[in-house]
Amino acid sequence: MRLLTHNMLSSNIKGVINGFPLRIEAEKVVIKEVDFNPDFIKNMFSKIDWKALADASKIMGYAELPEEVPDHSVLDSDEFLQKFHHALLQLHLEEGALVCPETGRRFPVNKGIPNMLLHEDEMNLDATCTSSASNP
Amino acid sequence: MPPRIAQIRLVSSHPQVYPPCDDSFALVDALLADRTKLLDHHPSICMEIGSGSGYVITSLALILGSESKNALYFATDMNPHATTVTRETLEAHGVHAELLTTNIASGLEKRLSGMVDLMVINPPYVPTPEDEVGGSGLSSAWAGGENGRTVIDKILPVADSLLSEKGWLYMLFLAENDPLQICLQMKDKGYGSKIIVQRSTEEETLHVIKFWRDLDIQIEGNEAVSGGKTAPQRGFDFLRSQISRLSFRETRQ
Repeated sequence: MRLLTHNMLSSNIKGVINGFPLRIEAEKVVIKEVDFNPDFIKNMFSKIDWKALADASKIMGYAELPEEVPDHSVLDSDEFLQKFHHALLQLHLEEGALVCPETGRRFPVNKGIPNMLLHEDEMNLDATCTSSASNP
Repeated sequence: MPPRIAQIRLVSSHPQVYPPCDDSFALVDALLADRTKLLDHHPSICMEIGSGSGYVITSLALILGSESKNALYFATDMNPHATTVTRETLEAHGVHAELLTTNIASGLEKRLSGMVDLMVINPPYVPTPEDEVGGSGLSSAWAGGENGRTVIDKILPVADSLLSEKGWLYMLFLAENDPLQICLQMKDKGYGSKIIVQRSTEEETLHVIKFWRDLDIQIEGNEAVSGGKTAPQRGFDFLRSQISRLSFRETRQ
């Protein structure tokens, strides 16, 4: 799971009001190189919650991102874009968990894929697929 | 050179994961048929719900390919074996998607609300007894409950909330799902619709339908509610043509 995915995920448990960002418990972090694509990265800048990314990146062992939301002008800096690229796309949480900030519920991350399936009593009725869907 | 799609020999498999079949091929054929439009559309965020073997999302990433380098892909499935197999299929083709084991798009709905420019969905559409829907393994890929609509009817509102202003949805239906009724229902939410691929096999008749937000339909809908009878006929004519097309095809079975 890249931090880009983490940045788009919220706790989906019934009754949780602000389930974002999920706290990361990192057991195994891997770095996978991806081609640097400045246009893509710039495009993502407006979609990203900066603080969530900077905090998550630090937990994953990369503390190079500024804590405060950078001004848009940083997008002209190649050095900044490289760091942003690394944090967003190259750091992978391979094993670990994502923890709901309100309830403490842990969502496991195995083989790099987060599992957000809920138990029946955690689901909003309108989000319920079927009762058996809660028993993976 | 024809555009690349996923190669069957590179598609990963698992006993609990639905392999690419006629329905998957029909959905990819629809994407290929609309390739030029999709490239012009410049989708920024794409998503597949129920990615199974990964054949469709991999094909989509390859079809958009180098001409749409700035697209970001998400793929979900409620079967954890399926998300793993999707990952293997994507990797075998050198493409990437953000993967999530979840129910429909649960967990992504808040942050991605109104942000998805392109969705592709091959839902569990086979009519089955209600208690077969949503099992943990292979059957979750096809068991669709009454008229095959149980999961479809849960996915559509989620798609509506995720799709951006310019969002397009390509979704596969079986004739038994009553696609005409689905088109009418989506029209009430302001969507235009069009059949992109229709295919009959010995066993089933499949439709891939494209939905898009159509501002004309929305405006006419509002005027109709306020009692205005001067609403332009365009939307109604359009709908009538859809009805005749759909009913024509369904009576042919």
